[in-house]
Amino acid sequence: MRSKKELVIIGGGPAGLAAAIAAWEDGIRDMIVLEREHHAGGILRQCIHNGFGLHRFGEELTGPEYAQRDIDRAKELGIPVRCDTTVLSLSEDRVVSCVSQENGYEEIEAGAVILAMGCRERPRGALGTPGTRCAGIYTAGTAQRFVNLEGFMPGKKVVILGSGDIGLIMARRMTLQGAKVLACVELMPFSSGLNRNIVQCLQDYNIPLFLSHTVTRVDGRDRLTGVAVSEVGPDRKPIPGTEQYFECDTLLLSVGLIPENELSRTAHVQLSPVTSGAVVDDSLQTSVPGIFACGNVLHVHDLVDFVSEESFRAGHAAAAFVRGNLKSGKTVRVQDGKGVRGTVPQTLRTDTGENVRLMFRPDAVYKNAAVRVLCGDREVAKRKQMIFTPGEMAVVDLKADVVAGLDQDITVEVG
Amino acid sequence: MTEERVITCINCPMGCRMTVTLEDGAVVKVTGNTCKRGDTYAHQECTMPVRMVTAVVPVEGSRMPLSVKTKSPIPKAMIPKCMEELANVRLTAPVQAGQTVVADVCGTGIDVIATRSIA
Repeated sequence: MRSKKELVIIGGGPAGLAAAIAAWEDGIRDMIVLEREHHAGGILRQCIHNGFGLHRFGEELTGPEYAQRDIDRAKELGIPVRCDTTVLSLSEDRVVSCVSQENGYEEIEAGAVILAMGCRERPRGALGTPGTRCAGIYTAGTAQRFVNLEGFMPGKKVVILGSGDIGLIMARRMTLQGAKVLACVELMPFSSGLNRNIVQCLQDYNIPLFLSHTVTRVDGRDRLTGVAVSEVGPDRKPIPGTEQYFECDTLLLSVGLIPENELSRTAHVQLSPVTSGAVVDDSLQTSVPGIFACGNVLHVHDLVDFVSEESFRAGHAAAAFVRGNLKSGKTVRVQDGKGVRGTVPQTLRTDTGENVRLMFRPDAVYKNAAVRVLCGDREVAKRKQMIFTPGEMAVVDLKADVVAGLDQDITVEVG
Repeated sequence: MTEERVITCINCPMGCRMTVTLEDGAVVKVTGNTCKRGDTYAHQECTMPVRMVTAVVPVEGSRMPLSVKTKSPIPKAMIPKCMEELANVRLTAPVQAGQTVVADVCGTGIDVIATRSIA
């Protein structure tokens, strides 16, 4: 079956829903949100802890509560969200191929497409940890799904590798459900998780955090029986003689998130090697006209509030594209300078008359520092901040008149 | 009796390491904080630490368990007891988000409520 839609949104998580709501508010009606799971809401459904929504709603919600607000709003507006539908491919001329039990194979010709597929956890295979391929090794998010959505525990004695927020949250979650979490092991000399999570998920339960350590061996034939942990030097290589052993039946991995861009590749969308997401301009349009990207598929966020904010912008821009009034014209490139990684967007249109927000990650911890935006030798924006850390996305805003005055490529730096 | 405790502030990424001096359980001095929020947090954390508790409980007639939360933070020391009470909860579908699952959990005066609906 082949049909037409003005707008197709791929992914019904917080990014896809916010983009859909924004486009609807701009008058787009001929649209559909495609979601591969049985429910909309994305990863928030399994994030039952609180702390979401402080920026957007001024209150701390749990993941399911945050998701429900957008689901309810979409329902109220009448936005069609089709669940249990997997998108197989996307072409450069915006034909979306998808499959579902209900409708079989379909092709939808889209006036515009918004990529909102989210991200995936880095798996064990990407780490190269020596040892057997026994049961009991999961990514933290998979364990979170087991415990919070399926209602069963993946194990009783747990070691966590990586100190990302999901790993920390799961340390507490597994402990509260009766498991013994023996250690959280982090390769780097600092944690990438929030202080709040280190205090409330590890320290509250006396779970030791081993910084500059890593898992150097996993043992077990059918089921994991234990892991060896060693200290690492400044080169991040294990130091001989520092090995300690933990008997455990479960190893959880919280070692990074990667935007899920398989579909973007089928459409030949240009991807950034730094963010692993699409290269976009300030309207969040990718290198392929009419294909937009937002949320964790574009770059991994720490806060869903910022995902929503970014996705509203993508929805408005896609609506303008459908109407044929998305502004285009002179652009400048945005480059990562000293101390900065993965600035999004990568290009700016200078003639839109709109403010622009640049987002990036610092490459290390900087205290009492400032972010600067340089246009050639000219400093066009500066903002001081008490601390920048790689675990927290940083932003710098450019006013419309500053954007209009950009006459060459700009560089963002921290120091 | 004078006691010194070292705690990490959770208000922002600075994560100030603060030294709190207590006399007979009352905070008399806080050092190491960068801003006022640290001072406030140190007082709270050393005299009456509180936490939100979130968990899931099984629901008869649903494959998916129900996610729940304390309506507001409860004393940290009550967390294990709160989890024990939640382990004994038996619900049947349907459940409405916001519905009380346990009233006055552990005598704290705070309810545990559903954070999603189950049809």
